[in-house]
Order: sequence, then structure tokens, then C-alpha cells
Amino acid sequence: MEYLQEATTGCRRSLARSLTALESRTLSLEQALSVVGTRPVVDDGEWQTLAITGAPGVGKSCLLDGLLRQWAGQGLRIAVLAVDPSSPRTGGALLGDRVRMTVVDDAALKNNIYLRSIATRKSSGSVPVIVEDMTHFLLALGWDKVVIETVGAGQSEVRCAAVADRILVVEGPARGDGIQAEKAGLLELADAVFVNKSDLPGAELHADELRESYQLGLGAPPPVLLTSALHGIGLEAAANLLLSLPASGRSTKARWRERLLAFHERKILESPQLDELLLELAKGSIEFKDALSFIGDAHE
Amino acid sequence: MGEPWRIVVAKPGLDGHDRGAKVVARALRDAGNEVIYTGLRRSAQQIVDTVRDEDARFLGLSSLSGAHGHLFPKVCELLRTEGLNDVIVFGGGIIPDDDRQALFDCGIRAIFGPGTPTSEILEFIEISTQRENSGVGQESDWHWTSTS
Repeated sequence: MEYLQEATTGCRRSLARSLTALESRTLSLEQALSVVGTRPVVDDGEWQTLAITGAPGVGKSCLLDGLLRQWAGQGLRIAVLAVDPSSPRTGGALLGDRVRMTVVDDAALKNNIYLRSIATRKSSGSVPVIVEDMTHFLLALGWDKVVIETVGAGQSEVRCAAVADRILVVEGPARGDGIQAEKAGLLELADAVFVNKSDLPGAELHADELRESYQLGLGAPPPVLLTSALHGIGLEAAANLLLSLPASGRSTKARWRERLLAFHERKILESPQLDELLLELAKGSIEFKDALSFIGDAHE
Repeated sequence: MGEPWRIVVAKPGLDGHDRGAKVVARALRDAGNEVIYTGLRRSAQQIVDTVRDEDARFLGLSSLSGAHGHLFPKVCELLRTEGLNDVIVFGGGIIPDDDRQALFDCGIRAIFGPGTPTSEILEFIEISTQRENSGVGQESDWHWTSTS
């Protein structure tokens, strides 16, 4: 595992290879950390991992590109894990987040940014379980922060809460009337909400509806900001706000529920007998509880 | 099924024609691979950075601008400079027969022209990984003989 040693000296290729090894489970996080050291501890108020989530097409990648330009320009070194979905049929994936990420092509900034595209593979939800290990590894290697861009996520997809210190929800204009803002789900877990595409009609109205909705709830409302990633409007303020963003603290229990679910899912997905058990289930020769207890026993 | 291959599909240089690249990306995806698409008008350095950071096993280059004779060898050379010798490179687009040998000589292992069945590209992927020394920086005379 020479490449692990090389990764600590800043070799990008070795870093990329280490992440592949983690993803394919040929390298465990414990093995990796035993070579590169553990992740630094930061103050409670600071964050190391940020999840950017929201519906498909609201401009997550484009917005992140603008934020990264601000942060990298200030000298922060940021690793990005950009997740796109795998086909449930073939296992293949088209990873297209790089198309929007022009910051990695900027000669002055690119050394401060590492971008890795990740497919969800077998995981359910908008963030695959392996992202947690990759995040640990990147922080241990000395990257200041890790940003996770989730798969375009619907109203109830909150798995990113399992891996991120802070959650940024990106919204767009014309995303339905005020009732949408009242619906339960992802928005409740947001530490900040950016209404992107603010140059389009309806953005301000939507931001107002969101603010109003948060006012009706308990606890301090998260900041709601207008941004236009395409035109660079509001990005400086947005980048600065995020850096000093406190945790909303409104959803501790929900976060731990997601962590527990992610842990459980991982146990199932990493079971070497998984394929065999699925076949047995399909044949009807075992029941769910048998499969679960088998997976559980194998892990003891 | 084993681990999917990670494949970068890239459009080097000033060339806005990406239908071919998208068709190839789609075929590779549907065969169970993870395809990283770079988007249009990338420089050789940008493409090589992407291959390195994404730890790709394959790089597919598409060009319909006529600049393949300059751009493809430049990408191959930079890959070797970065030590990415085991990356397998293939190309496609409008590449005249007379230009192909020079591209094979710089380490490209296949050139696919218009009309290539996507199944042939998948076959190339399969076979090139079974062969030794098919990477861009590895000594080998082997290249795929394309039907078009």
C-alpha cells in the first residue's frame, strides 16, 4: 500500500487510488487511517463536512462551483465528493457533475480543489454509505473541508444528514406554491437554504414563502438567501455565510436516526452473502427475518 | 458482477460536436460502467487532471474538428508525464485512415469511426483489460483493428 504513503505527500494520483480502494472495499478505513493519521479535531462551532442537496436541476453543481471559487480564492483547500445515481438495472452511471465545475480548470485555484465523482452503486438514498469513509480519509489527509453534493433529491431524502455536519438545501424559483414550503421533509433539516436562479421570476416570492414557513416553526429559522450561480449574484455573501454557519440544532434526533439507518444499510450491503440471500428471498426459501439475522450473525 | 470500470469520455479542443461522445458514454454506461463526462472544449491538461483525480482506467477522446493529430498525442504525452501509464486510451470521431497509425504509435489502442457498432467498443474494453501492457505508457504494438 505504497500509494497511501504517497497520498500523504500530496500526490493526487495516489489520493485518487486510495479512494478507489476504499470504494471497492479492498482497503478499510482503519488501514488507511493507520498510515495517514486521524482527522483533526475542530471546535464545536466549526464544520468539516457540508452536504449540498436539493431537487434535480436547481443548480447545485453550478452553485457549488461558484462557492468553491470563493473558498479556494481565500486559500481554503476543499475536497468535493459529487454523487450521481447508478442504474438499478445495469449498475452503470453517467457522472456529469464535472461539466459544471469549471473551478477545477482554473490554473490559479485548482490545487486547492479536489473533485471526485461518485456513483451511488448499491446504496439507497442520495448519498452512498462509502462517502462517510472517504470523508474521514480526506480530512485526515489534511483537506480543510469536504463538501458532498448529493444526487438530486426529493422532498423526503435526508440521508445526507448521516454524514454531514451542515446541510445546505438548494431551491429554485417556481417550485410550487406556498404549500410546498409547508410540507414536512428535507427543508426541516436545512441549516441554510439558498434559492438559486434568483434572476428568474418567482425566486423572491419563493424565498419569502420559505422564510414565512420557518417563522411558524420552533427554534431559530435557518437563513434563506437568494443566489444566482449563473450570474454570480450573492455568491460572496453566500460563501461567507456558510463558512460561519452554526448548526441549526433543530434536528439532532433525525440526524442520529439517519446515521443509524446508514449504519444498518451498510451492514446489509457489505454482507458477502448479500447476493445469495437475495436469490433465496426471491425463491421464497427464506424470510426477511432469516436474512437479517444471517447478516447480523455474520458480522458478530 | 465485479467493480465497474471508471471511464473518462472527453472532448479535447475547439469542437462542439458531442453527439458521438454522448452515444459512446451512454453505451458504456448501459454496459455497467461508470462514465465521467468532461463536457466540451477541454484542454489536454484539463483532461489529464480529470483522469488522474477520478482514477479512471480508460480515457475516450472524441474529435471531429480535424485537430486530432495534434491533440490526441498531446494528451497521451501528458498522461505519461503524470505517471498515468496504465490508462488505456481510445479515440473516435472523424479520423482519416491515413492519420491512424501515428495515433497508434503514440499509445492510443483503438480508433472508432462513424458507423462503429457500440458493441465493438464494449468488446474492445473487455479485451484490452485482459491483455497486458495496453496502457498508454506501456510498451506494446497491439492495437484494436476497427471495422470502421
